[in-house]
Amino acid sequence: MYALCNKHCTGKCVRPSYSLSQSLPMSHFILQRTFIMVLTMLVLSFVVFYLGNLEPNLRKLALEQNNNRMSQADVDSWLEKNGYRRSFIVRYGEWTAGVLSGDFGYSTRFRMPVNEALPKRLGYTGILAFWVLMTMVPSALLIGILSGMREGSALDRFLSLFSVTTTATPEYVSGILFTVIFASLLGWFKGVANVKDITFENFTLPVMTMSIYGMGYIARMTRASMSEVMTSQYIRTAHLKGLPFKTVVLKHALRNALIAPFTVILLQFPWLLTGVVIVEKLFNYKGFGWTLVEAAENNDVDMLLACSLVSVLVVIGTQLISDVGYAYLNPRIRVES
Amino acid sequence: MDTVSIWELWGGVAVRFWPVWLAMLITYLLMRMYRKRLGVFGHLLDSAVGITGLMIVLFWLFTALFADIVSTFEPLEQFFRYRKKPPGIVEAESMIPMYFGSDNLGRDLFSRMVHGSRFVLMIAPAATLVAFVVGITLGLPAGYKGGRVDAILSFIANLILSFPVIVLFYLLVTPGIRETALPNVMAGVFFMFPIIFSLTVLRSRFSERPGLLFPWSVIILILGGWLYSGVVFNSDPLGLISMDPNELNIFAAVVFASSPGVFRIVRGLTMDIKTRDYVAAAQTRGETPWYIMLWEILPNARGPLIVDACLRIGYTTILLGTLGFFGLGLAPESPDWGSMINQTRGLIRLVPTIVLPQTIALASFVLGLNLLADGLREESLKD
Repeated sequence: MYALCNKHCTGKCVRPSYSLSQSLPMSHFILQRTFIMVLTMLVLSFVVFYLGNLEPNLRKLALEQNNNRMSQADVDSWLEKNGYRRSFIVRYGEWTAGVLSGDFGYSTRFRMPVNEALPKRLGYTGILAFWVLMTMVPSALLIGILSGMREGSALDRFLSLFSVTTTATPEYVSGILFTVIFASLLGWFKGVANVKDITFENFTLPVMTMSIYGMGYIARMTRASMSEVMTSQYIRTAHLKGLPFKTVVLKHALRNALIAPFTVILLQFPWLLTGVVIVEKLFNYKGFGWTLVEAAENNDVDMLLACSLVSVLVVIGTQLISDVGYAYLNPRIRVES
Repeated sequence: MDTVSIWELWGGVAVRFWPVWLAMLITYLLMRMYRKRLGVFGHLLDSAVGITGLMIVLFWLFTALFADIVSTFEPLEQFFRYRKKPPGIVEAESMIPMYFGSDNLGRDLFSRMVHGSRFVLMIAPAATLVAFVVGITLGLPAGYKGGRVDAILSFIANLILSFPVIVLFYLLVTPGIRETALPNVMAGVFFMFPIIFSLTVLRSRFSERPGLLFPWSVIILILGGWLYSGVVFNSDPLGLISMDPNELNIFAAVVFASSPGVFRIVRGLTMDIKTRDYVAAAQTRGETPWYIMLWEILPNARGPLIVDACLRIGYTTILLGTLGFFGLGLAPESPDWGSMINQTRGLIRLVPTIVLPQTIALASFVLGLNLLADGLREESLKD
């Protein structure tokens, strides 16, 4: 969700979300951010807890856990028996205390503790995310550098059009189109992925779908950064010195042009998170995103809360890393210590 | 069962769209005639990217307007003999071909795709507009005044932005939630903003001229109150304005999800613009803060905001599609692109073409908006 703004920011969106120019020591800055993260988690978990425990949702949970033809009296007694009728604040307090001691509660959908169900799923998504990053980042940077190198050239026009098209095609469209083309018509890959048995055949389409969607944006940011660098004075000097174009690009331009995309790539993580949910649902890959959808559809509050906490951790954590990393990479921003 | 050839198929489709082509041509000619007066939109005509984007967007806009003329069948009409048919099959009774084939219930995909544009073009721009009003009303003071107002509003915005959008929709757009008052409360809060915003605009402009301020305020209050009662409470006294509870629910959730983004952009732009000389001049003249924000800062931030609005309408379209994809919020038979994608995606193995119309429609509309935004950005940077 954070990436919503990141993704569709206008103009040069390459600056970090928080300016480090306020003269704070780095440790102080990280502490402040961590505090905000904890506060965010508290507020969000409260909201999720509240919404998940609204009467219609509790009724849905009771019906799902037992059988759908249960009478209202049975629903009430089931809820009473399982402690759902106790005061809301008390139960939220219990949940918070549990989380602080490392116990994330019981998943009603998977019928096992969250601590058992979730880490495995996170691992599966980790594999998916790893391959997405491995394919997405290098190709996006390459596209961005090639098109930003000579702004306005035919190559630039073509690659820019490609980037816009990929950003405009959401996963549930591109994933389906790829399935039609590569699975149904050509028969190269499989349209369903399997966490237990990852092969080139069944893993290519999910990875391809996600990395192509994310690629366009990073490529566009790299292009903007690259073309800005290419018009700067020191590049002109390098040209005038008589250096070959290749040397100018590789030795002089590249280093500075890659600072901005660094931030963008990190801020892409939250975006990956939403993508993961859609792609895992689309290809039936039973990882974190699939778990999240299952938990939400079955009103599995404890699991949903754990998933939300993981998401917040990813979003704010990557923001923090990107801000700190940007400060170290960019000599113009120095944190006073 | 007869099928038409590929030439007849595409020829037929092209002919069906005749009102759309005509309207696009007229718009293009009008734009050429008045290009001087259109500002940055006039400059669009010089940019190949921009004009392509604009034409795609106009295509879908006019398709939504003329959906009843363009479509061949009713979007909900089911032909049981023609289930999951490939493109070009001729419906024997009316002798009209189902240009893009039919879905699992024998509904004509072409007509559903055409009608699906209505849902998107009704919700996406309106929700974006409301999100912009909310974002502007809160982002201007946050950026201009800073301090505690800014800290609190920014915290709330970041809070919403760090929430995975899917969880948000699963929590906010469910039948369970619709039984509670929450969607109405949310819509009630969001739709207050346009009224408050217009009143503030008036007050800051006409504070010295009560003769103008008073009648205009009354007009706004009556008009706004009328729309408000119709949209939020579904109790328009004239019975003209009404909103389906499902759509209101989706609308509120979409506004909720996208206004923090607008807020951040407006806040950033305000912080940038408030250091300019003309703001200092206005402050020296003794203008009120709201006058400066609304009449000095906001007009000067319009370029990036227009570009962002185009992108955001596209993003909202993607969000609406996501909702349909997860089967959230809409009636199952509703002919919107997202739900259509969700219903047909399981049948790819049987009829690969069955998913194409709705997916390509959605992607092309978003692509059009992105190209339009690119064109506008390019042209506004030239000035």
